[in-house]
Amino acid sequence: MADTTAHAEVGAPAAAPGHADTPHHPVKLYLAVWGWLFVLSACSYLVDYIGLHGWLRWTLIVLFMLLKAGLIVAIFMHMAWERLTLIYAILLPPLLVMVFVGIMASEANYTLLTRVLYYGGGN
Amino acid sequence: MTESSLHPAAAPSAEAMPSSGWRRFVADWASDQTSFKGVSWGKAMMWVFLLSDTFVFGCFLVAYMTARMSTTVPWPNPSEVFALEIGGTEVPLILIAIMTFVLISSSGTMALAVHYGYLRDRRKAGRLMLVTALFGACFVGMQAFEWTKLIREGVRPWANPWGAPQFGSTFFMITGFHGTHVTMGVIFLLVLARKVLRGDYETGRRGFFTSRRGRYEAIEIMGLYWHFVDLVWVFIFAFFYLW
Repeated sequence: MADTTAHAEVGAPAAAPGHADTPHHPVKLYLAVWGWLFVLSACSYLVDYIGLHGWLRWTLIVLFMLLKAGLIVAIFMHMAWERLTLIYAILLPPLLVMVFVGIMASEANYTLLTRVLYYGGGN
Repeated sequence: MTESSLHPAAAPSAEAMPSSGWRRFVADWASDQTSFKGVSWGKAMMWVFLLSDTFVFGCFLVAYMTARMSTTVPWPNPSEVFALEIGGTEVPLILIAIMTFVLISSSGTMALAVHYGYLRDRRKAGRLMLVTALFGACFVGMQAFEWTKLIREGVRPWANPWGAPQFGSTFFMITGFHGTHVTMGVIFLLVLARKVLRGDYETGRRGFFTSRRGRYEAIEIMGLYWHFVDLVWVFIFAFFYLW
């Protein structure tokens, strides 16, 4: 029973009018996202061009990066209109990579410490 | 049904599934359901592939972070390394900025191609895919220029003239792997654009390799791959070039 429904859905033409999982959006939306990606990239570039430093620089870089990534995934890749199951299955695992990043950051700090201690920072 | 009438956008689907996110989430996993109900296998598998690719790129970026944090030798300043002389003045990072805008534009044209694919406008969809491929080829061309310039300046996977040798290895590995993805994408786009323009998805012509009939959904699946390539560049741009 479940199988036949699944096949019927898969077999249905992708553009069938009114299909809930097939979002129809005005071209304007895609153009707006395109424009925003341009603006955000320009802002990222300006952070470097103006020569900002310290916390302000890193915060802005990460902020613009996340906004861009969010727009691409949500609108261009249609994630905003996907089923919650798929959204969680795809978005949660990469978030867990942050744990790995934390472990490696601590490891890198330790390596740096030993290098400074035993090689006097020469290598 | 009551809920459907409250949300006109979801009304015509006439699915027995509840329309609210969490109810669907639970229903998807409950009582022997297909977990990604309504999501075609092609799309689900592309997402799974992209997730695995995320881990690969993630590992590369983490390796780069570890190398950069643990070296006692100064890291080269990417802003200067990737500067170009334009009209007698050094403009910092300008080539990378142009490459970024080219890739974003390719993502824009791809999104429109997917849109027209849904509307079954095969001429517009096909042409937009060709434009996307052109932007992609342009990006790879600029990357080839960038690599040539750096190799001439003495950058190697084991050395560079400005400090930490790990700069060279991480640079070639990360941008090389990304460039490979773009190149594959361009080939993928050209093959698919030909099928779309020829009208294969209307005539039901069978594929040369798979001998199966394609569907317009292929454009959306192709789009997921292409946007992902742009997405990865967002992180490379931030962490490798700006950081």
